[in-house]
Amino acid sequence: MLAELIETIAKIMFIFGVNMGFFTPILGWVERKQSAVMQDRVGANRADIFGFRVIGLLHILADAIKVLTKEDFVPAGANKFFHTLAPFISLTPALVTFAVIPFGGQYEIFGHKVNLVIADLDIGILFIFAFASLATYGTVLAGWSSNNNWSFLGGMRASAQMLSYEVAMGLSIIGVIMVYSSLKLTEIGAMQAEFFRWGIFLQPVGFILFLTCAIAENKRAPFDIPEAESEIVAGYFTEYSSMKFVMFWMGEFLEIVTISGIITTLFFGAWHIPFVSNEMLLSIFGFAGPDGANILTMLINIATFFVKIIFFIWLQMTIRWTLPRFRYDQIMKLGWKILLPLALINIFITGLVLLVK
Amino acid sequence: MNEYIPVLLMLLLAAGTSAGILVATTLIGPKKKFAEKMEPFECGESPIVSPKLRFSVKFYLIALFFVIFDIEAVFLYPWAVLFKQLGLFGFYVWKRGALEWQ
Repeated sequence: MLAELIETIAKIMFIFGVNMGFFTPILGWVERKQSAVMQDRVGANRADIFGFRVIGLLHILADAIKVLTKEDFVPAGANKFFHTLAPFISLTPALVTFAVIPFGGQYEIFGHKVNLVIADLDIGILFIFAFASLATYGTVLAGWSSNNNWSFLGGMRASAQMLSYEVAMGLSIIGVIMVYSSLKLTEIGAMQAEFFRWGIFLQPVGFILFLTCAIAENKRAPFDIPEAESEIVAGYFTEYSSMKFVMFWMGEFLEIVTISGIITTLFFGAWHIPFVSNEMLLSIFGFAGPDGANILTMLINIATFFVKIIFFIWLQMTIRWTLPRFRYDQIMKLGWKILLPLALINIFITGLVLLVK
Repeated sequence: MNEYIPVLLMLLLAAGTSAGILVATTLIGPKKKFAEKMEPFECGESPIVSPKLRFSVKFYLIALFFVIFDIEAVFLYPWAVLFKQLGLFGFYVWKRGALEWQ
């Protein structure tokens, strides 16, 4: 019991530390630096300590200090309670969703079974969707409670867009569930040990549909119409300042990481390396004894998982800085008339193939 | 039920972090209030219309569609998990002639 509790707390601290201590701050820098590289600019490079600039990485520190010392502004006529609640709802679910994503398999270390997932829920995928859809409330509340016309427009746009793409996102995953017959993410991950059993080979359409819907759900370009800065100032968070403003960004960055985690787990073999099974790794590390071999295999699997996540973060950043923004009617048309029917057809064809086989 | 305790711990940690950031940002930082500054941002003008206006009925329709389709999607999940075992069992009622109108 005590060992389990310690293991759980260690896993929570690891995931929390990686998300809040590494991915969230570093993505703020990556967003600026990658866009700069793609647009042939230099990007953030001014912040320095004793003349050392460290390719702009010190901007993370500078921004944190700057933002914390800014005034927390609530406009007149705004609903103060909901204005404060909105960033809270945007950030909290984004942090929790990672709890069900496995970042490694199961290992036996010093007689103790370690399962590298914080909560091994039977309904893992449903849990993710349930918590991810809570972010809609944060966005809509932010737009509604600010008493600002731009915010209100952004909130309305966000509500309809996020609801539309949630339906298509839910349906795009069903093909994967049919193939693996499970909602448990650890089981789905374990079933992809063989390279050609990866989700991308069994559900290629499902992957493209899910990626599109997930980016739309996260409100990033080309679907960033709720905050469209060239039309409605900053959309739903126009009236936010200091850390409350940053909390929306943290939520968005965490969702990027979570989306990458889900894509890796469902479609890209979770913690498995192509053509290298865990048995092979264990025999390679046999020199370290059974426990040492298990620990080394575990570390390699965790590293593989995070390398894949970083690749999909890069992919989402590249999409964000490559494609121009859709018009609102185009977004609605894509969601309801193209992605939703495609998801249904995908379910139908998956069913046919599984029956014939 | 046991496996939900880690979720609860994670939720507490996440909510604590968010609340901590909110408290920190209200405590740190200057507070200078005057009427012109507290106006909602309207590109330099004083707002002439309140945002609490009627909005297009299309948004409402989308919300209704969402409820219909999302409930359908949720019902598909248990079917999808059991699909391999069920096979064509889904058509059982049809096969038994329940859809024949006589």
